[in-house]
Amino acid sequence: MGEVAVELRNIRKVFPGVVALDDMSIQLRRGEVHGLIGENGAGKSTLIKTLTGVNIPEEGEIFVDGKKVQFHKPSDARAMGISCVYQELNIVKELSITDNMFIGNYVKGKGGLLDYKYMNRKAREIMASMEQDVEPTELCGNQGMGQQQMVEIGKSILMDAQVIILDEPTSSLGEKEAAELFRTVNILKDKGIAILFVSHKLEEIFELCDVVTVMRDGKHIITKPSAEMTKDELIAHMVGRSLTNLFPKIETHPGAVALETRGLTRVGEYYNIDFQARRGEILGFSGLVGAGRTELVRGIFAADLPDKGQIFIDGKEAHIRTPRQAIEHKIALLTEDRKLQGLVLEESVEKNLTLVNIDTLKKGFLVDMGRIRKQADDAVKKLQIRTPSVDKAVGELSGGNQQKVVIGKWMNTDAEIYIFDEPTRGIDVGAKIEVYNVMNELVRQDKCVIMISSELPEILGMCDRVIVMREGEKMAEIDRSSVHFNQEDIMKAAWGGKLDEQ
Amino acid sequence: MSSKMKGKKLPAFAGPLMAVILLSVILTIVSAQFLTMDNWMNILRQTAINALVSCGMLMVLLTGGIDLSVGPVVALSSCAMGILVQRGVTNPLLLIVVALFVGFLCGGFNGLLFTKLKLPHPFVSTMGARQIYRGLALFITGAAPIAGFPAAVMFLGYQNIGSIKFPVCFLAVIVIFAIMGIFLNRTALGRKIYSVGGNKEAARLSGINVSSTLNFAYIMSGIMSAIAGIVLVGRVGTALPLAGETYDMDAIAACVIGGASFSGGKGTVSGTLMGALLIAVIRNGLNLLGAQTDIQYIVIGAVIIAAVFVDVVRGNAEARSRRLAMAKKAAE
Repeated sequence: MGEVAVELRNIRKVFPGVVALDDMSIQLRRGEVHGLIGENGAGKSTLIKTLTGVNIPEEGEIFVDGKKVQFHKPSDARAMGISCVYQELNIVKELSITDNMFIGNYVKGKGGLLDYKYMNRKAREIMASMEQDVEPTELCGNQGMGQQQMVEIGKSILMDAQVIILDEPTSSLGEKEAAELFRTVNILKDKGIAILFVSHKLEEIFELCDVVTVMRDGKHIITKPSAEMTKDELIAHMVGRSLTNLFPKIETHPGAVALETRGLTRVGEYYNIDFQARRGEILGFSGLVGAGRTELVRGIFAADLPDKGQIFIDGKEAHIRTPRQAIEHKIALLTEDRKLQGLVLEESVEKNLTLVNIDTLKKGFLVDMGRIRKQADDAVKKLQIRTPSVDKAVGELSGGNQQKVVIGKWMNTDAEIYIFDEPTRGIDVGAKIEVYNVMNELVRQDKCVIMISSELPEILGMCDRVIVMREGEKMAEIDRSSVHFNQEDIMKAAWGGKLDEQ
Repeated sequence: MSSKMKGKKLPAFAGPLMAVILLSVILTIVSAQFLTMDNWMNILRQTAINALVSCGMLMVLLTGGIDLSVGPVVALSSCAMGILVQRGVTNPLLLIVVALFVGFLCGGFNGLLFTKLKLPHPFVSTMGARQIYRGLALFITGAAPIAGFPAAVMFLGYQNIGSIKFPVCFLAVIVIFAIMGIFLNRTALGRKIYSVGGNKEAARLSGINVSSTLNFAYIMSGIMSAIAGIVLVGRVGTALPLAGETYDMDAIAACVIGGASFSGGKGTVSGTLMGALLIAVIRNGLNLLGAQTDIQYIVIGAVIIAAVFVDVVRGNAEARSRRLAMAKKAAE
């Protein structure tokens, strides 16, 4: 094992309302591939941002080559030889490979003009050192995702990086490209570079990493050589066992099937999804971020049309081509991103509450201001939206209250099928419980409720049934009464494992 | 600002209205002719065409778009009437309907370029359409002005009421702006225009038909330009194929001075009317002072920049106080 290149010691980072990192420590050694794994929201991104100087921790120390340092800005970390290849590549597709590698650090020749001859040669050399045979004058946009990623790694090497962080590097790669990347990672390792490999895929951790660190709730759980770990052990560490009782689950009586899909497919996003959702129950969709759950419900709602498959509403096939038609079929979609897709932020609470049903609030040619005001007052009271006035711009409310406005907007329609996509993301605990209570209320009224959530406790706490998706496919459907209705088994399905026969 | 005032936002027309008042006071002092009934009626007359075009432009700006073809639509709609007059049509109602129909077609074409052909931004598509409409206006008239309109068509742009000679065209402006104000704030379609401009995706996922809302805004812009074309014929007595070269920029200026935003969702008819009035007062004042057009351009340019700057400063201040309020809440 090589010497420690960078170390975080007892790091604490707090964002309004959440402790993102709590007493977190990690050591990255030269010539070692260090795997980092944890559930969504475990604090992996915050850890990366702390290493790269994007986030400044409140407490704790950072050591580079044994010397204590402080990062004030990203360039500080870069100067210390720490670089990160993010999931979303920083590649300018319209520029050449050389340009992308030298962007911001262009080399000038005599007379102040750019020395492309030198830069092209250097780019070719670096790529060749990773066993990549490329023509540096080619445009990056003409390269595959794998090649573009190589260019980013090349950029790190050009800057003489000693520590390279790879954030979910295989998420957008095919199998062949991933194998190529692994080969490159091993070459970097042999050069004595320390590598932090963040991944959602257990197999990759075992295949590539020397040691693995598990995080949960911003805390360090365990660090161990990956050869001494099993898959089940890793999962158990990831999910932990704390299941706090924040969930006001009520007894439900599932009734008729309200929504059914058969063979619903949108190539590249989800494939052959069959499921049924009943009235009077909460159906959960679990899986990792990017498993295709959001895409699936957007397909049902016709926000992005599916390529093939059928949708049945109350047993009758429905041909839904636009969101308008979905609403006419009494579907409500509470989108994951309320700011970009749910609300008009500059407009008032009152106006946002009329977004879906404004056409029903007419009195002759004009809209009925009295009814609009009453509708707003009712929603504020019923959903306990905390706002000084219904005239307040919705963008000025807290996340939880914004979410309640989105809910209110849909409750003003006479929808029968409510699809909540990550309804409690980024809102505080009190507001979460209020959202759960709204779901309970809907179930009591014999409506059909579907909830996508990446938080397992929430799925286990509120749902009557859960469908687990992975990479666009339905992996498992688990009833609340099943022995598999627990964190470990749901995680196992989400990570591509098989459940034991019942 | 007192703490009581802080909660309430000044209406968007307050800024340009104060500017109009301030400017009027100054001009009254430096020019004896300024504060006369004749001169003010003149200002209203000069405001009318820009106000009408601006009203349509506002609809489009509210959706987050822009319409650079308004000037040529003014010209084309009046020239369409002109060639009918040349061919002996004298029915004023028919002529006016034709002009409005031309405006409708032009606006509809602009809308479809954006919503059906999915051209990336209306800046480019209406810039192209602008050339086409101008070309058509020149083509159908053989590039020559046409006179000889019946009095009933000229009425709107030419006639004055009463002893104070209140221009009919400005009366039309008041009526149209009142209707548009009610339309935007009190009808479902009007509010959808704000929603679409404020957040297109949220509007779409709320079941609003975004394409038809956008098409409507462009059609309104075309029709308002056509009405401006009718007023123009009345004022100058002829249909001019080259009319309206600067109307697009004047209209955008009026909207922006009145508080409209290029990113959509923000702007009012009252602000826009005040913006148009401010531009007319500046032009009139500079004329009275014997300033040349060069100075007029410079002053109006500076006013546009100042108006946008005030808006930016105000937006930043609002964002800052919002942030501070949030932080205070989070700290509790």
